[in-house]
This record gives sequence, C-alpha cells and structure tokens, in this order.
Amino acid sequence: MKRGTTASILRYVRPKAFPTPFCPGCGHGILMGAILRAVDELGLDFSQMLFVSGIGCAGWIPSPHYDTDTLHVTHGRAVAFATGAIKFNPALKVVVIGGDGDIASIGGNHLIHAARRNVDLTVICANNLIYGMTGGQVTPTTPLGARTITTPMGNVEPPFDLSRLVAAAGATYVARYSVWHVRPLIASLKKALQRTGFSFIEVLSSCPTQYGRRNEQPSPAEMLRAFKANCVTLERAKGMSAEELAGKTLIGEFVG
Amino acid sequence: MSSNLWNLYPKCKQQGSRIALQDAGCQEREAGSQMSEETTSIPSNRWTSAPSLLKPGPFFMQGDEACAEGAIAAGCNYYAGYPITPASEIMERICQRFAGLPGRVFMQMEDEIASIASVVGASWAGARAMTATSGPGLSLMLENIGYAIITETPCVVVDVQRAGPGTGQATRPGQGDVMQARWGAHGDYEIIVISPWSVQELYDETIRAFNLADRFRVPVMLLTEEGVGHLRESLRIPEQTPFYSRLTDPTRPPFGEAEVPPMPAFGAGAKLLVTGSTHDAWGYRKTVSSEAQATLVERLASKILNHRGEIERTHTHCCDEEELDVLLVAYGFTARSALGAVRLAREAGIKAGLLRLTTLWPFPEETVRRVAARARRVLVPEMNRGQMLREVQRVTPQTTGYHRTDGEVITASEVWAAVRKELAA
Repeated sequence: MKRGTTASILRYVRPKAFPTPFCPGCGHGILMGAILRAVDELGLDFSQMLFVSGIGCAGWIPSPHYDTDTLHVTHGRAVAFATGAIKFNPALKVVVIGGDGDIASIGGNHLIHAARRNVDLTVICANNLIYGMTGGQVTPTTPLGARTITTPMGNVEPPFDLSRLVAAAGATYVARYSVWHVRPLIASLKKALQRTGFSFIEVLSSCPTQYGRRNEQPSPAEMLRAFKANCVTLERAKGMSAEELAGKTLIGEFVG
Repeated sequence: MSSNLWNLYPKCKQQGSRIALQDAGCQEREAGSQMSEETTSIPSNRWTSAPSLLKPGPFFMQGDEACAEGAIAAGCNYYAGYPITPASEIMERICQRFAGLPGRVFMQMEDEIASIASVVGASWAGARAMTATSGPGLSLMLENIGYAIITETPCVVVDVQRAGPGTGQATRPGQGDVMQARWGAHGDYEIIVISPWSVQELYDETIRAFNLADRFRVPVMLLTEEGVGHLRESLRIPEQTPFYSRLTDPTRPPFGEAEVPPMPAFGAGAKLLVTGSTHDAWGYRKTVSSEAQATLVERLASKILNHRGEIERTHTHCCDEEELDVLLVAYGFTARSALGAVRLAREAGIKAGLLRLTTLWPFPEETVRRVAARARRVLVPEMNRGQMLREVQRVTPQTTGYHRTDGEVITASEVWAAVRKELAA
C-alpha cells in the first residue's frame, strides 16, 4: 500500500472513535490526517509514539482517534505532562497537540519553558484564533479587530505571534502553515518529528462555527480560501514592502 | 521506633521537639485492628523487599532529608519540583542523590502546576514519581491531583506545611492544610493522606506512601509540617525496604473491571487511552453517561474505603487502662507535644492517653470511636483552628480542641494546661 494515502493511514485510527466530534467545516480533521500522513510516510513505529493533549477541540485530535498511547490531560498542561513522560522514557516519541487557548494562553508558560530547556517534544498548535469548545471567546492569537463573543466590538488586544515567540524561547525547529497548505505542512511535520529537541509547528485551522460566522467568513470553503489569500511565505515576503505585507500572515520555517 | 539518642532525654521537656518519643513507661501500640485480615487479600507476589540503599543502622538527619532518603529507598525514579520553603531541602537532597544513581530523573520545573503534571506524565511512563511542596504550591497542584485521582495515577505529593493562609509565614509551622489535602481538588473522591510525627516516621511513611500509591493507584499525600521537616533527630535505616510492584497486565481494562485495575506503561503496546474526562473501563470518554459517571466515582471511592485496614495507621500511647480520664487525639508534630502532656498528666496521677493518627485520610473513624469511648474527655490539639477536631467530633461529639495559629508549635506544657482546664470544666 502506498504510504501517506487515506487507505494507509486508517491503520493508525481507533475504529471505535468515529464519527469525530468536530463541527462541519472544522479544520482539525485535515490536521488529524496530516499528522498521520507524516507518521506513515516516515514509517515511524506508532506503538512507541505518545500523543499528549489538553482540553479544547484540538485536544480531541489524538484522543481518542489515534490508536496508540494517548494522554488527554487538564487544560493548558499538556506540555508539562509530556515533559515528565519523555524525560523518564526518552525512547518514546512524544507529540503534543493543542489549540491556541490551551497551548498559548493557559499553557503559555509551559510552552516557552519547554522550548527554553529544549525538551525532546514536537508541539503542534492547531491555531483557530478562538476558544471553540466553550463558545467562541477571544484568545491570545485572535487578530486585532476580530469579533468574538467576548469582544463584540472587535478585539482591542494585540495577539501573540506564536511562532516568533517560541523561536525566541529557543526551539530548535519552528514552522507555521495552515490547513490549506497541506503538502508543505506534511513535509514540515516530517521534519519536526525527525528532530531531537523541541520542535513547534503552528497550524492555522478553520473554525467556521465560532470564528468564521462572526467575522464575515461563514462558510468553511471561504475560510480555507482566506488562508490561501492571506498567507505569504517567508521567501516571498522578503521581496514585499511593509504596505504589501499589512494584514498578511507569514508562513514557512522560522527556525529551520 | 528505636532511637538511642532519645534516651538522653528521659523526662519530657517544655519544648515539643525535645520529647522522647518512646520509653518503657508509656507503651506505643498499633491501634488499627483489621490489619491482619486485610493484608491476606493482597496478591502476595506483588510484595517484595529490597536491601536499603543507605547502610542499615543509625543516622542523624533532618526530616526533609529523611523524606528524600525514604523516597530513594522506595525506588522513586522521577522527581519534579519547584523551590518553596520549607520543602526545598527535599528537592535539594533528591537532586544531589539522584546524580549518583542511574535511571533516576530529577527536574526542576517552571512552577508547581508543571511539577505535578510532569509527575503524572512520568508515572504513566512507568516511573515511581514524586513531588514536594508547601501550602501555596499544593494549592496550585490540586487540579492535577484531581486529574491523578480520576486517571488513577500513582504518585506521592509531600506538603511540608507552613503557617497560612496565603503566603503566610514561610518558615513557621502550621497544620492548616489538613482539610485542603482531603478536599482541595474539585469533585467527589477519596485520597490517602499520611502525617508523620518524627524523622524516622517521615522516612518510613514515605516508603509506605509509594507502596500505597501503587497498590491503590491513587496519589498519596504526605502531610508534614515545618516542625518535623526541619527537625533533626536520629533515625534507623532498616535492612530491607518493602516494595509493592504495580499490576501492568496490558490485556485487561486499565480503568475498570477490577477494583484496582492494572496500569501498563506508555510504550508497552497497551494503546492506552488516558483521559481526565469521565471514561469507561478502556478509557473512552463518556461525558454524558450518568451510569459511567456513577460507576467511576463509586469505584474510585470504594477501592480506598474497602481497604481501610491496609491504609489506616494509628498508634495509642499510654492507653492500656479500661478507662481513661482524658484522651488526646493528635498527629504530626503536635502529637509529640501531646505525648509530653500525657507524661506530665501521668506524673500528676491522671490517667491520660494519646491516640496518634499517622493516617489522616481516610479518617480512621472506627479506631477513634473505639478508643475515645473509653475516655471521659477527648481533646484534639492542633496548629490550626480545629480542622481535625471537627472530624473527631463527628464520631465523638463531646470532643474539645486546643488551637494555636501564631506560627509557633504547641508545647507539652500548653497541652497539659489545656488538659487541666478540660478536666476542671
């Protein structure tokens, strides 16, 4: 069987776990598949992989779907739980998956400290710019001006540039893509999974239910097209002016 | 307890820490009664023993250091912590000692939340894991202690209590965390909490805490105070250390079926599905099933409460008469002063006794009821405003308390004065 295909990656999924709990149009399913495709293409021993996730929609990407050891923990603390597991058993391949609220807000301190001490983890942040599960509240990555249920007049607090934050904290590999950019995302996941040390991938994901419908992108397809339109690769950005880059999101490898 | 040094202090002194914990005139007895029946139900092949790492024999050590040595002897191979007075010496001792012991991992984490989180992660990776802190840190850890409860993760959490609330007095003792240790995490649950009264007992009970944690798949809390944690006295390292090894059968459900289910480690091919949400026997989330919620919550409680005899450890001192004038119920450092008061009372011809609670939770209510029934008066001295008093009053309503909340230890003469006042009332 050709590796990386849908038929091939089904072997890594618990049959009992379907249907998924995700809303129609949620980007997390694309990321769920992309991670398994990267694992499959690399031929990693799935039984030696541990997926740790916290509370939030993205926490459900591995738990219960992935058919290996999964640890679904308290809100924000996945990186800290994962640190204990990898430090005690370095033979494990430990991956943390979480949303922007989980990883960057309540878990922000654990994130930068794990990057600083270069813990051998791959952290994947499914950044949908919103607290989805709890009803659409503002997060530390919600863009300025965006409407959420707790910023009804538009967000007035500047967001974190997560990738740059984690790069500054000392991660050995940092990249950002979106669920539109599936092929470079899979290539990036493969790179991160092969690294020793702290690797971080920020994946812009679509939440039409809580984010899109409040911000003039009510359909899933529109949200994906917006990723395509608004993302600029780091290479292309080098030749663009500040005016041209206004409102754009940089994607690519921040630390290669 | 065999401590030659204390023979230098045959008479109790005013200072709580100077009280000889043992002498021929005041017999110490295990007060729990169900021990022998209960232990027969444990699968015998799970219990082994290993030679102690330190040279067997007498040592002179600080309480915090003895706790660290007890953990090392018990096979603790993962420690994560964050600096806090008066518990830091545990972390420092572990750090220094682990450096010379292969396969043991020490982590100083970014905060107490991360410390307990990584302890739980390491425990699932197969470690015997521990953290230590004081009140403010325990407050931060409690959400993840609740996570350890619902995921049935063995681990040991030490709280060297200081005077609170809040930042309070970091270098002063207190016993204000008794109820927090029992009820601090949200939801309905049972937990094991142990309070040692001496450096020796801190060593021994740390070992017992690790074994109870693995036996019942539950976090076990060691609730000591700055008084015992910073106390220096002699202890005797035994020849052998008892060791209970965790059940790890990967073919049986890890969250149900058995009262205490097996717990395979990550990487062993068990495809573990561990979640802090309500779950079924294999770990699948069941967040709207009332049956799954009730089944899980009831089993988490009954696996502890059905085995009180294995868990509860209590001692009586000078309680041999059929009738006592006064019974003191005490724990931790305050039990030392209570014993001193018992001796002062005995010298004055009063039939006084001490019931010492080493296990605080589950509360040894049958033992307390049985011993207290023989006493005319019951008095609970403690370094708080009466936390354990309420629990004792639940089984013996006429009980009164003696409290001190100024960050100073309660002395033997104070307790003796409280006894006189109580008898005169």
